[in-house]
Amino acid sequence: MPVDPVLAFYGDAAFYTALVLYLVAMVLQTVEYAAQRSAEPVAAAVGGGDGVGGGVATLAPPAGERAARSRSERTGRVAVSLTVLAAAVHAASLVLRGLAAGRVPWGNMYEFTSAICLVAVVAWLVVLVRQREAAPALRRLGGFVLLPVVVLLFLAGTVLYAEAAPLIPALNSYWIAIHVFAVSVASGVLLVAGVSSALYLVRLRAEASGGEGGSPGSRFAARLPGSALLDRLAYRTTVVAFPIWTFGVITGAIWAEAAWGRYWGWDPKETVALVAWVVYACYLHARATAGWRGARAAWINLLGFAVMVFNLFFINIVVAGLHSYAGV
Amino acid sequence: MDRLQPVVAFLRNTWRGLTSMRTALVLLFLLAVGALPGALLPQYSLNPELVSQYHDDHPWLAPVLDRLGFFEVFASSWFAAVYLLLFISLVCGLVPRTGEYAKQLRAVPVATPRNLARLPHHRRATVDSSPAEAVDAARRRLRGWRLRRRTEPSGARTLSAERGYAREAGNLVFHFALLGLLVSFAIGTLFGYEGQSIVKADGSQFCNSGAFAYDSFTPGTMVDGTGLSPFCVRINSFAATYLPSGQPQQYRADIDYQDTDDLASGQWHPYQLAVNEPLRLDGARVYLLGHGYAPEFTVTFPDGQQRTGVVQWRPVDQATLLSEGATKFDPPGVTDPAQLRERQLAITGLFAPTAAFRGELLSSAFPQPLAPAVAIDVLKGNLGINSGRGQSIFEIDGSMVESGQLQRVARQNLRLDEQLRLDDGTVVRFSGVTRWVSLQVSHDPAQLWVLTFALLVLGGLGLSLSVKRRRFWIRAAPAGPDEPDGRTVIELGGLARTEAAGYGEEFDRIAADLLTSGPSAPLAPAGTAGTSSEGR
Repeated sequence: MPVDPVLAFYGDAAFYTALVLYLVAMVLQTVEYAAQRSAEPVAAAVGGGDGVGGGVATLAPPAGERAARSRSERTGRVAVSLTVLAAAVHAASLVLRGLAAGRVPWGNMYEFTSAICLVAVVAWLVVLVRQREAAPALRRLGGFVLLPVVVLLFLAGTVLYAEAAPLIPALNSYWIAIHVFAVSVASGVLLVAGVSSALYLVRLRAEASGGEGGSPGSRFAARLPGSALLDRLAYRTTVVAFPIWTFGVITGAIWAEAAWGRYWGWDPKETVALVAWVVYACYLHARATAGWRGARAAWINLLGFAVMVFNLFFINIVVAGLHSYAGV
Repeated sequence: MDRLQPVVAFLRNTWRGLTSMRTALVLLFLLAVGALPGALLPQYSLNPELVSQYHDDHPWLAPVLDRLGFFEVFASSWFAAVYLLLFISLVCGLVPRTGEYAKQLRAVPVATPRNLARLPHHRRATVDSSPAEAVDAARRRLRGWRLRRRTEPSGARTLSAERGYAREAGNLVFHFALLGLLVSFAIGTLFGYEGQSIVKADGSQFCNSGAFAYDSFTPGTMVDGTGLSPFCVRINSFAATYLPSGQPQQYRADIDYQDTDDLASGQWHPYQLAVNEPLRLDGARVYLLGHGYAPEFTVTFPDGQQRTGVVQWRPVDQATLLSEGATKFDPPGVTDPAQLRERQLAITGLFAPTAAFRGELLSSAFPQPLAPAVAIDVLKGNLGINSGRGQSIFEIDGSMVESGQLQRVARQNLRLDEQLRLDDGTVVRFSGVTRWVSLQVSHDPAQLWVLTFALLVLGGLGLSLSVKRRRFWIRAAPAGPDEPDGRTVIELGGLARTEAAGYGEEFDRIAADLLTSGPSAPLAPAGTAGTSSEGR
């Protein structure tokens, strides 16, 4: 099927538009984050006896405050609206790309990275909708989710960019719709988990020191939601993503059996996918092990995310393997 | 007995240490860390050329790494040690847990705690129904829960409810399936085999008659290369399509095959072999892995005799299929070994399917055979075929050139149907192009088991992460003297036994159903601690 250059052009235009919109949203969220007063002082959160109970319940703003929204809150709401718009444009860019090339829109590194970012943003918006009570506290974190998204999209649009084209024979299978989709969804959700764990560690350190001193670090941490909420966000996103990742690895093995003659061959990509799986399995076990909950588990989650990024870029681009396609 | 005690203590501590979650965690970590060099360093099993290049680049480091097994991580003893320890720790942890789970399945829900207000989820209200009615209503509402009614000495009726046993079942299935997966994987590597063979796409055949039929053969430990399930494939033709950019679009080989049952009758079945579309036979699978070209050379010797050589050349550039190789000839009618060693011929050099000359330098512009050309050296002398050394099909024996026994007699670029003449009158003509395909045959007797266990892993994981084990208690007691007669105080308590996340909502729903169905309004939740959406 020939490539439709007009649709491909509009697809790329939508991609760059989405990137700019994300960038603006990120800046607005940063402004909101910097401008707001500390919603939940670190010391107060530490004082709470069971620690876990904090989170949601204490963060809902009093009803009266809704009437007079502060400027920073208005900025934040605009930023979230912009993020929704950007996600819609972003989705349109992938749809157009798919229509232009007559195939699923995750057939090369550019499209794959873009799809992961879209999943991450959508996952983030879903979190905001589902955690409605905690949304005001969580909303301010949007910038931290958008930062890696913007960086990844920038890399996708520059270094990894590939013209719309049909699939190469090795990828031409219905499994690309299943395997790569599952892997993109899992990766995108794990990005949100990784960001949550990173912020959790920052917040935890501030809470441990009792929130004393006006150092920039503690002022930064004071604006974060309570550590319990961040920890739970990281856990819940990981719990959603881990079975999807497992499914992605299994479907990858099934596809490899059909394409390469064996379901598992220790190809670098396969190996590092397994390593990531093991690291996230460690995280889930650590959460259930006395002495490993909290900071240690969060570090493991961050390590898992580092392995994912490593697998996405280093393995595909630097290490030659079966998953390296068409130059990238 | 006193002497035995330290021994018993030591054994018990070892057992506890081995089965503890912390040990399992450390071993899991080791597994992840140990697998990384397998991805970062070149591996013998994947790419032996890269390993030898690594040896050249790091003459000091490479032998050390080699000795430690870093170039064959997944076959190394230390990697095996890690995963075997991990699985031993897994088994040691799983066996007691299975027994415990079996006990739990028979156990009745635990008695209602004395003070429900201390639980993470708690409600208290006064209703008009009697305690027995209230408990009955709760029983109806909690259908699907494991229930136990009790009457306390004070006369209060209680109901203990527990749900979510499937979580631990999923957990156990997940871990046992991982074990099964490992065992199936091991059986596959013991009894399976993999072999590659290059077959010319001109009606040539490949038959799975033994290890000798392959160019390379990787048998499992228990496979000796005989007794392979017999079948034959015949490659009639091969077609590749490309975009104008040179990006491949489709590879397809038109083949016939005979499965084991057909060999006696001689019946052939047609099949279109393509990437992602292997041929699945009874005992083996056949894959189309790659393709390339075999230039055809016709040599007319001075005495007028002709010989045609069609030998596969290997691609040096996968994008343009520029290929290199060596086509070798024995002079016809020569039986004397000494004479043979003087007059053997080899044609070696480059083949381009679509020739692009830069001066005299041949390169390829496109992978299709649009304008084939070769840039060849013709060498004459002793090819070293009988020297006893292993010979490459793609190269000439360089030592023969160095020792002067094999000498270059011509160098020229030829397009299709062009020819060159040697001093002794021999004519070499580039007379045609044939395609070849590289096939892989794979056999793995356990792979359906691997799939089954993989799906069980997934199912178990889903259960264990989505189901919550939680408890619910109701205590209904007649209201005190300051309330009107017939009123009942109902206390509800809830406890999630595993990772929290979401029991609060369910508890709130059940509590609302139980407390608002009665005619009177419930009291406010007892204090702020009453219902947080968090639990343990």
